[in-house]
Amino acid sequence: MSFEVLWYVVIAFAILFYIILDGFDLGVGALHLFGKTDLDRRTFLNAIGPVWDGNEVWIVIVMGGLFAGFPNVYATLFSGFYNLLMFLIAGLMFRAVAIEFRSKRESESWRRLWDRVFCFASILVAFVLGVLLGNVIEGIPLDDQQNYVGSFSDFFRPYPLLVGITAVALFSMHGAIYLAMKTEGETHTLVRHWIGRTILFFILCYVLTTAATLIYMPHMTDCCRDTPLLVVLPLLSFAVILSIPYLIKKGNDGWAFVASCGSLAILLALFGIGTFPNIVYSTVSPETNSLTIFNTSSSQKTLGILLIVVAIGIPLVIAYGWWVYRIFRGKVKIEKSSY
Amino acid sequence: MDVLFLSRIQFAINTCFHYLYPPISIGIGLMLVIMEGLYLKTKDPKYKEMTTFWIKIFALTFALGVATGLVQTFAFGTNWSRYSRFVGDVFGSALAAEGVFAFFLEAGFLGILLFGWEKVGPKIHYFATICVCLGAHFSAVWIVVANSWMHTPAGFHIVNSPTGPRAEITNFWEMIFNPSAMDRLCHVTIACWLTGAFFVISVGAYYLLKQKHLVIARTMIRLGLWFGLICLVLQLVSGDSSARIVAKYQPAKLAAFEGIYKTVPHTPISVIGWVDAKKEAVYSIAIPSALSWLTYRNFETPVMGLDQIPRDEWPNVPVVFQMYHIMVMTWVVMFGIAVLGVWYLRKNKLEHKKWLLWPMIFSVVLPHIGQQCGWIGTEIGRQPWIVYKILKTSDGVSTNLVAPQVLGSIIMFIVIYLLLFGLFLFLLDRKIKHGPEDLDQKHDELVYRNVMTGMRNE
Repeated sequence: MSFEVLWYVVIAFAILFYIILDGFDLGVGALHLFGKTDLDRRTFLNAIGPVWDGNEVWIVIVMGGLFAGFPNVYATLFSGFYNLLMFLIAGLMFRAVAIEFRSKRESESWRRLWDRVFCFASILVAFVLGVLLGNVIEGIPLDDQQNYVGSFSDFFRPYPLLVGITAVALFSMHGAIYLAMKTEGETHTLVRHWIGRTILFFILCYVLTTAATLIYMPHMTDCCRDTPLLVVLPLLSFAVILSIPYLIKKGNDGWAFVASCGSLAILLALFGIGTFPNIVYSTVSPETNSLTIFNTSSSQKTLGILLIVVAIGIPLVIAYGWWVYRIFRGKVKIEKSSY
Repeated sequence: MDVLFLSRIQFAINTCFHYLYPPISIGIGLMLVIMEGLYLKTKDPKYKEMTTFWIKIFALTFALGVATGLVQTFAFGTNWSRYSRFVGDVFGSALAAEGVFAFFLEAGFLGILLFGWEKVGPKIHYFATICVCLGAHFSAVWIVVANSWMHTPAGFHIVNSPTGPRAEITNFWEMIFNPSAMDRLCHVTIACWLTGAFFVISVGAYYLLKQKHLVIARTMIRLGLWFGLICLVLQLVSGDSSARIVAKYQPAKLAAFEGIYKTVPHTPISVIGWVDAKKEAVYSIAIPSALSWLTYRNFETPVMGLDQIPRDEWPNVPVVFQMYHIMVMTWVVMFGIAVLGVWYLRKNKLEHKKWLLWPMIFSVVLPHIGQQCGWIGTEIGRQPWIVYKILKTSDGVSTNLVAPQVLGSIIMFIVIYLLLFGLFLFLLDRKIKHGPEDLDQKHDELVYRNVMTGMRNE
């Protein structure tokens, strides 16, 4: 395998870690306003409390990885998606501020304000990420200098909007399952009711997205024509998602969460397989103007150094993350120091 | 206002706001190593109390540093896409190393710092403290090396790529050890240590004035003053060395620092003054021959003036001049405070000198002013280049943006930063007023939870 492919895989894993880890933070945020009492909402916040900003760091790793290994993708996407990314930054920052501010005062109106900010910011981040992904799948107009030549309103075509809503649904499902794993008592009962609904909502979106992709995105399905065996993957993802209600019913919340992570991984793999070796598909002369892992990468020398660094560093980062999660495993208890 | 100007403003706002926090992490990181080292050596519990207190401040600052650093990772690509294409290959490998290892050291061992007093032995705890301190320092290395490469590029060649010329790495170590990198790294690091020292001095002086936590306050102020004084002397040496590197590699910047329009022998240095850019004149209190001597170690050799540099390669002289002089002035004031402080400390009279304790409380802002002005001066001093003599700033900006877009995002950043800064001051104020913990309370685990969530309540 060439260095470009290896680095692509590294970035894919960083994205996977991001959507699995910050995915449930965003999902918890999206569902936050459905919490009935202050105790419910505090429990939600504390379920993600010790880990969310560590999870957020994975998006930094994704962006750093792009800058280092595929500088042209970084440059094209970030300048092209300028306004969308500003919404993303606003969402990420306001989410952080809301989590911090909420518990600072007892007043009910104060808390309600930051509850809303937390919820909308989380939905905004999930939605923008989905819209970004939808645009990358459907393709954006790029010139021969790899610069974006469309306008802001072009980002909100039907397909990217659909993917945006699907992302909100997916993270909500993931977040609901995470909450089921982390809560007990009345809050737990409440949360369990959400799982079925979020799964239904997600499956609806997923079927629509899949249909739209099959009908309108021929470049995404080319690979399945070459290797029909790949059809197994979407079927597998349905099976995994449908196993979740069953596992929840059996009270096996932990395995339900694993299944949810698995479905995220399969969806990301589908995206990767459909687009490879393109990273960004260009709607203007796609053969020459699309950004592939080969026409956007750093030199072989740089990629080589990058891979050595990652081979040493990433196991350390993962070991550390594992350790933190072990410390905070188990159900959330509200204490004096909590939110 | 065009996209280029607005993008520069936005980048300046982002970096200036971000740069409030890393110097505190680096400076306090080193103070923690000293404090806990003293605890291990003397077993005096006051050092443990101090260490625990400053770990909490460190963690709060770290959380803010991460939040504001997040914006930086977007900023190159969004507004400076042509620059990103140009430098991506050169910066890539060092960026990855910094990201992975510095973050791992800092965030990884911070947990043990806060939570590990009861779980690991004192020596392992101290090891973790050293790792956190190293991690904080290491995160400065890449960014200063990369920035220095923009001032004195080395270890690369220009290659034609499909999207135009770009810099590709030829020699990793030449790139890392580019001519100005080590001098600038020293200068930046010592400034961070000063930030830590004066933070400790400020809190110590506050407790002395309020007559609270007296044992700890006395120790903190002694530690801060001595350490600060040493750093100030070191900074004098480092500043001199950095300035001579600037003279050698970036004469236009040195000329702008001192407002030297004409190349004359016995070049003077201005202590304080202002620049009339239209008349190309400097009105100042000046020391004759001083710049010649500082640069070349003799009184005669002329320092190159702006008259020998094409006019379209001049930086904004009045701004650079003032920024540089404010930076130097903060050093003078800090030096005065440190010398007076040490003097009265040795006579055991410091606690009664309220006229000195009050300025000490506010002296916490001096290193910040010095660093912000220093950075603004050095960055504007490099203009019109983004990579010196290689790439112009106007050729680095994204081509597909329009001014209202950037104006909108600037407003957004200002709103968010005001909220974040308010939060930071609120939490900091509460922590300092709350003061060091009583050691009997074993609530390390709770503290740890707070820190992992960015420090909230106690």
